[in-house]
Amino acid sequence: MTMTDSRPDAGRSAVTRRPMRLFRNLSSKLALMPLIFTAVVIFLGGTIWTIVYSFTSSGLLPRLNWDGLSQYERLWSSRKWIVSIENLAIYGFFSLIGTLVVGFTLAALLDRKIRGEAVFRSIFLYPFALSFIVTGLVWQWILNPELGLQNVVREWGWTSFNFDPLNNPEIVMFGLLIAGLWQGTGLIMCIMLAGLRGIDEDIWKAARVDGIGTVKTYIRIIIPMMRPVFVTSLVLIGAGIVKLYDLVVAQTSGGPGISSEVPAKYVMTAMFGGQNLGQGFAASTMMLVMVFIILIPWAYLEFGGRKNG
Amino acid sequence: MTVENASVSIKNLDLSFGAVKVLQNLNLDIVDGEFLVLLGSSGCGKSTLLNVIAGLLEPTDGQIWIKGKNVTWAEPSERGIGMVFQSYALYPQMTVEGNLTFGLRNARVPKDEIKRRVARAAEILQIEPLLKRKPGALSGGQRQRVAIGRALVRDVDVFLFDEPLSNLDAKLRADLRVELKLLHNNLENTMIYVTHDQVEAMTLADRIAIMKGGKIMQLGTPAEIYGTPQNKYVADFIGSPSMTFYDGTVDGTVMKIEGHDLPLGAYQFTNRPGPGTPATIGIRPEHVMTGDNLRSAPYQTDITVDLVEPMGSDTLIYCHLAGQPFRFRMDGSAVVRKGERITIGIDPARASIFDKDTEERL
Amino acid sequence: MADIGILAATKSAEHPVYRMIDGPRGAKPKNRFSRANIIVYGTLFVVALYYALPLYVMIVTSLKGLPEIRVGNIFAPPLEVTFQPWVKAWQEACTGINCDGLSRGFWNSVRILIPSLILSVAIASINGYALSMWKFRGSEVFFTILMIGAFIPYQVMLYPIVILLREAGLYGSLTGLVLVHVAFGMPINTLLFRNYFASIPEELFKAARVDGAGFWAIFFRIMLPMSLPIFVVAVIIQVTGIWNDFLFGVTYISSPDRYPMTVQLNNIVNSVQGVKEYNVNMAATLLTGLVPLVIYFASGKLFVRGIAAGAVKG
Repeated sequence: MTMTDSRPDAGRSAVTRRPMRLFRNLSSKLALMPLIFTAVVIFLGGTIWTIVYSFTSSGLLPRLNWDGLSQYERLWSSRKWIVSIENLAIYGFFSLIGTLVVGFTLAALLDRKIRGEAVFRSIFLYPFALSFIVTGLVWQWILNPELGLQNVVREWGWTSFNFDPLNNPEIVMFGLLIAGLWQGTGLIMCIMLAGLRGIDEDIWKAARVDGIGTVKTYIRIIIPMMRPVFVTSLVLIGAGIVKLYDLVVAQTSGGPGISSEVPAKYVMTAMFGGQNLGQGFAASTMMLVMVFIILIPWAYLEFGGRKNG
Repeated sequence: MTVENASVSIKNLDLSFGAVKVLQNLNLDIVDGEFLVLLGSSGCGKSTLLNVIAGLLEPTDGQIWIKGKNVTWAEPSERGIGMVFQSYALYPQMTVEGNLTFGLRNARVPKDEIKRRVARAAEILQIEPLLKRKPGALSGGQRQRVAIGRALVRDVDVFLFDEPLSNLDAKLRADLRVELKLLHNNLENTMIYVTHDQVEAMTLADRIAIMKGGKIMQLGTPAEIYGTPQNKYVADFIGSPSMTFYDGTVDGTVMKIEGHDLPLGAYQFTNRPGPGTPATIGIRPEHVMTGDNLRSAPYQTDITVDLVEPMGSDTLIYCHLAGQPFRFRMDGSAVVRKGERITIGIDPARASIFDKDTEERL
Repeated sequence: MADIGILAATKSAEHPVYRMIDGPRGAKPKNRFSRANIIVYGTLFVVALYYALPLYVMIVTSLKGLPEIRVGNIFAPPLEVTFQPWVKAWQEACTGINCDGLSRGFWNSVRILIPSLILSVAIASINGYALSMWKFRGSEVFFTILMIGAFIPYQVMLYPIVILLREAGLYGSLTGLVLVHVAFGMPINTLLFRNYFASIPEELFKAARVDGAGFWAIFFRIMLPMSLPIFVVAVIIQVTGIWNDFLFGVTYISSPDRYPMTVQLNNIVNSVQGVKEYNVNMAATLLTGLVPLVIYFASGKLFVRGIAAGAVKG
């Protein structure tokens, strides 16, 4: 690897081996091949493929026979799809609010320098280690009308107590919500707690010297300071909501009737149950649109705003 | 100077990140055995330049020559350099010995040769007892010695230092500074040293290159940089506390500033300006004369003391002169009180005069 | 109050005059049963019940006999402890197709988990290292696509992957599922490693380059020995993620013989045939949750660190 050219006035062009652009940093490029394949072929390519085929009349097998928007027309005239969307909206709204409120409140309580913080934290977080299948099956059992919670409360003497969400189409989504919150709030609590711990101790000292109460300090000072943490939480919860599938399969199988169907389940049924690929592609494309509706404002706030600021 | 007797030679070097030009058409020749300090405030490009010399950053244009070889496209390890970093950058999981020998093992240097070099470096730096320890068990000063040792065992001609003393406390920094100077005297290697600390620069350097915005503002010995700064930036940057500047005009042998005509009889003009040229004069606090020295002052005036700042060895006096804040240094034993009126003397020959527009020395 | 201050400043604490003055002195006494404390601990306790209850219910139900369940209360501890439901869940529970229990699913999950885990952690660590220390033109673009991909609903990519796997002759096999896990685990773990390696001082990397180490030498000899904690975090994320997966298992495994544990569990519990054996169902559910629960309780703070690292920076 010696440099041969040692003439003092050698022109720039006369100097040795400049490696070709493509082969510079070659090890790094080779090492990233799996990543490049995953990102470009699976993620990007797969997404484009699905979007393209959502405009075809594919049934049992994917075929490129153009069918315009008819898959989408059929989708939006399907009662099951409309119910799925409504269910997702209900679940999403309450899950978002519930997770943020419960997650933040628990984090704030744990941040009060309490005894046994580690024990409480492990109890709040362990459901997050469990799968949605396990979560759904446990809560299916607890919410069992004959033998579960309803029965226990009646035995205690409140004989008119009525709580049977899994068999009541009106409130079945709340049955799922109880299980969903149980599984997911621990994560948000942890993120919020990390955010709270990241806040300068001096802020608390200043608020105390100024005589501002604890609750007021949280609402007026701490929460506004935690904006990035809330944004992260929102994105995480939002992305999780759209993916809601396993929990429904395990806890209600979409029932009673179609009253707890969700878009992800609609897609799966169309693609792998109903041999109706085109519907599956159109419905999954709609799911993608939903995610973008959540993500674009966030991306704009996170990255677009920063450039101007 | 030609490239042959230069140890490191930088030619027309450009580096830009996107639209940001970090280094602009930079030329610098460093003589064999010279201790060159790159000095400047943060973001001036000094560390970038060092990284380009080391081969850790690629220039956009231009060449780097080390020991008569064009190394512009060579790998860092092929350039015959050793480098010492601010954060020491010791490999935490290796012992001191492992740290010292990692590069040699990579280069497949024979075992007994490695042993010989480690023994020599350890002896020079007095780190023999530390060889089996991990960096985590060392103090900051010891870590920096090991980092220097890592450069030393490479047996190279050029040492690059990237703010090596900045992470140490003040006393240790002063001690290691002296050791570095002694090391340079012993080894007689070329050393390129980046710092933002002007005391380090003045004490260590054979020559200092003061950088700003990716350009070298002045290259010269510490005495030249201090005594005859080539432009207002260098004048302002060097010296602590810094110069006080007055805007005025040069008229033949007189510098006119608000309310004062300073005689320029003994001032060595680099290029004598025409009458009425707008100019800026900079006066160092330590060049103001008081008490017994007043007799030799070409110009005297009275001021009222606003504030006294005793520093022990000397005392800083804050006052107003020619309508703007002015400060000067007195002997530490002088007794001055706030509100007192005292006479001060100024010797314009020791001051620096700059063109008001170009800010170049006149 | 001012005179106390003066006294305190002028007289020593032992001085009799000082002791005679009444007023606050020393640490302020705390009321452990203050209203605020009762609210804080009360709330935490009630909420903790909600979180702890399902685990408790799973355990007690799985230890009861069926007759006791039919007449009793789900919160009551078992009158007569029996491990029969556990044995049955493991060895004999029926999915509607076969009746050899969850053990089959367990071993399938193990056979999926181990190669997925090794491959995905190895690839993600190399990705993170290359992306943080050996950037090249375009590397950030690929990384961005990968991270956006993490937000795309899986359903969008399911079918194209079916085609890819079928072309490769891997559709329906455990190998195919392993590759799917590697691909979908890549964004979060790459992000994790990239952030970790980016936090290692750049000077260390520069020093290694001056010492003549290349891409792989720096990775194996400098970076790997420094990054054990982050490997543990990645392993925790991957073990729970892969073990808990249902969607990919049900999509890419064609034969019930090879279904992972979650899919088999769902089939056992939600099968419509026969009498509902709630105790066996809960034992099966607990068995399925056991691996991630053990990981969770054994790893403690690292689990928290893992999800915080993965989530907050994401």
